[in-house]
Amino acid sequence: MSSDETPDQQTDARSDAEPHPEIPRNGLPGPSPDERPHPSGRRNAKGIRIDPEAEAEPEHRTAVVSALVEHEPGVLSRVSGLFSRRQFNIESLTVGPTTVEGHARITLVVEETDPGIDQVKKQLAKLKPVIQVGELDDDAVRAELVVLKVRGEEPDKVQAITEMYEGRTLDAGPRTITVQITGDQQKIDDAIDAFRQFGIIEIARTGQTALARGDTPTTPGEEPGHAKESDDDQSDEIQTGTYDD
Amino acid sequence: MSEHAPPESDAADESVGTTETGVETGAEAVVAALENAGAETLFGVQGGAIMPVYDALYDSDLAHVTMAHEQGAAHAADAYGVVSGDPGVCLATSGPGATNLVTGIADADMDSDAMLALTGQVPSHMVGSDAFQETDTTGVTAPITKHNYFAGDADTVGDTVGEAFALSAEGRPGPTLVDLPKDTTLAETDREPGPAETPETYQVEETPDDAEVEAAARAVERAEKPLLLFGGGVVKSDACEVARGFAMEHGIPVATTMPAIGSMPEDHDLCLSWAGMHGTGYANMAITHTDCLVAVGTRFDDRLTGGVETFAPEAEVVHVDIDPAEISKNVHADYPVVGDAGTAIERIDAEMDRSPQAREWRDQCQSWQDEYPMAYATPDDEPLKPQFVVEAFDEATDDDAIVTTGVGQHQMWAAQFWTYRSPRTWVSSHGLGTMGYGVPAAVGARIAAEDDQQVVCFDGDGSFLMTMQEISVAVRENLDITVAVLNNRYIGMVRQWQDAFFEGRQMAADYDWCPEFDKLAEAFGAKGLRVDDYDEVADAIEEALDYDGPSVIDFHIDPAENVYPMVPSGGANGKFALSEDQL
Repeated sequence: MSSDETPDQQTDARSDAEPHPEIPRNGLPGPSPDERPHPSGRRNAKGIRIDPEAEAEPEHRTAVVSALVEHEPGVLSRVSGLFSRRQFNIESLTVGPTTVEGHARITLVVEETDPGIDQVKKQLAKLKPVIQVGELDDDAVRAELVVLKVRGEEPDKVQAITEMYEGRTLDAGPRTITVQITGDQQKIDDAIDAFRQFGIIEIARTGQTALARGDTPTTPGEEPGHAKESDDDQSDEIQTGTYDD
Repeated sequence: MSEHAPPESDAADESVGTTETGVETGAEAVVAALENAGAETLFGVQGGAIMPVYDALYDSDLAHVTMAHEQGAAHAADAYGVVSGDPGVCLATSGPGATNLVTGIADADMDSDAMLALTGQVPSHMVGSDAFQETDTTGVTAPITKHNYFAGDADTVGDTVGEAFALSAEGRPGPTLVDLPKDTTLAETDREPGPAETPETYQVEETPDDAEVEAAARAVERAEKPLLLFGGGVVKSDACEVARGFAMEHGIPVATTMPAIGSMPEDHDLCLSWAGMHGTGYANMAITHTDCLVAVGTRFDDRLTGGVETFAPEAEVVHVDIDPAEISKNVHADYPVVGDAGTAIERIDAEMDRSPQAREWRDQCQSWQDEYPMAYATPDDEPLKPQFVVEAFDEATDDDAIVTTGVGQHQMWAAQFWTYRSPRTWVSSHGLGTMGYGVPAAVGARIAAEDDQQVVCFDGDGSFLMTMQEISVAVRENLDITVAVLNNRYIGMVRQWQDAFFEGRQMAADYDWCPEFDKLAEAFGAKGLRVDDYDEVADAIEEALDYDGPSVIDFHIDPAENVYPMVPSGGANGKFALSEDQL
């Protein structure tokens, strides 16, 4: 289209000292809000256009997100700061080194709507120390550790429950017994319920940690062993689970 | 600064630049890295913990502008970056120096401005001991930087500074910070910093996915009421030419966001100026009624969208952004396109077989421009209208003159009543809304601007009071800037809101205690002028623009004047108010 169809329409309207008789004392001319055409459409709070036939707010779901990060000082505070600042609903967060020197894995359990989970992943991926981010499928291998301290009046029963849940006794004294249980979240919840009868004194849970099942990499493109080895790292030591903190 | 003789005679036989004489300390590595990265001017304030870096600057060709306050250094560096397109650099010492930078860093973060902040820090062995002038600077600035670094090693500090500089500009720009403990900068090292490179883990997808491009192109083709929305990303990626060409080729009307002012010439038929809370009525009508919103490089800030429920409610949204996290963050994108703004628009254009059939829609947009003109009453007997001052300045200056502003009513009038034609001529604080941004930004903009480019700062009385000490810097450096204080003796935007939403209870909004700014300017050594009436405006502007150096005009404007149109917070763009009784 030609650029000089209606030149200066807008600058004319603005122009100088000519008083606009219709301009109110403290405002502008023009049809008021009620006199204007208004569209009938709407979006929901997430900015998604609402289909009038099927208006539905997205449901929260639980997602396990795994982030491969550079194991450098401050990385955890950056990640946790991101979540608190953006008001994401985090259930648990675990961190630990991987077999690759200088890398760590952060496993997050988040409860959010689908767009929320998407944001969690994308905001994480933006952080400079974050190498890869992946969301785990439902069939992923997940585990959690809980350490429980219960009253020691009935050691036999405590022992029985501990065995039922394939746990281990870490400490047993005249007044308290401390056990550890590992497993998926449901098992841990059940175990805690079972131990309640003895009177739980203290509890420490790690939160879930997880890996993708089978050959699927936990984060996209993740390679086993010594992936992403830096060029100037000439050491011939095989990178196993040992980690220099 | 560069006139000083090198202190060590044996270092002097080679050239002055640190890179060629070899690096001997961490501080010299920092300076060498800045030189490698292409930095030219630094803005900062001296102090104990940053002294080694300043000492290394003594022998460098890098220009340094001492600011009156570190906040000024950060804003000046930010504005320098906006105008030049290269990251601005600011320096401060530890503790209060670093915390004084915080406002400017947060401002740059909200507006995605490339900037590098270098802060001194107490020696490593004292970190954590609450030593004199210690602050956990990386901790404080983590949420407001793209990334920050604690540089604990003299051998790598140069590379870290180079990386931080490069990272700030790569992909979606943003501020980075390097905290420099004094022992690192004092320590001996001979490690020359390499070229400034972004880290491997920071990967940017510049070129959008083919399928995304194709889907977006089809959506634009079939639209009947297409609207382009240019965001700040269009300016930052230097995509204005491509974006304008796309709009003109396909006859698609353009609204901009406030940071994108100047991306489309505002006197062009297709340009509806900027949309949002105080944007034009016609831009907001177009956004409300479009059936296909092509948003490029915007993060859909709430000052633009109002309530998302009513934002472009019938539009399919094509969202182009280099930051995948912006896609569907605030407004759901039906057609996401992740990539560089210019590349993405070129690709969509190439993929399109025809232009959308939008003649009726263009006429509709045009008629909204007639229905909702940006106008104001100027009877002679009224106090001076601020809009008149802005228009008079626009008239008196060249097309490529740069405007900087503080934050408040004056900022809105400067955005509404000046006709912007070029990118990087509008320098303002958008996302953070930092009062006091204007004067230091004018200093930074002046240094980055072409010599013949005029720089005008519109400020409010309240905003000017916050950072006017930087006028002293403009005087010392003899920077040719003109500051127009639109003085209504109120913190005007607050007063406007109190009148509209707090039953006129004007708590702490009255600024009749303000000093006389023309006299204050004279005290600083600048030219000071005062204007009360319409017939003084043109002469005063001419005198100030002619003056070779900083000048301040104190315009005493109508204290009752308010900013309209206005979309109340969280309201619908299409229901903008034209006067207070419509709020």
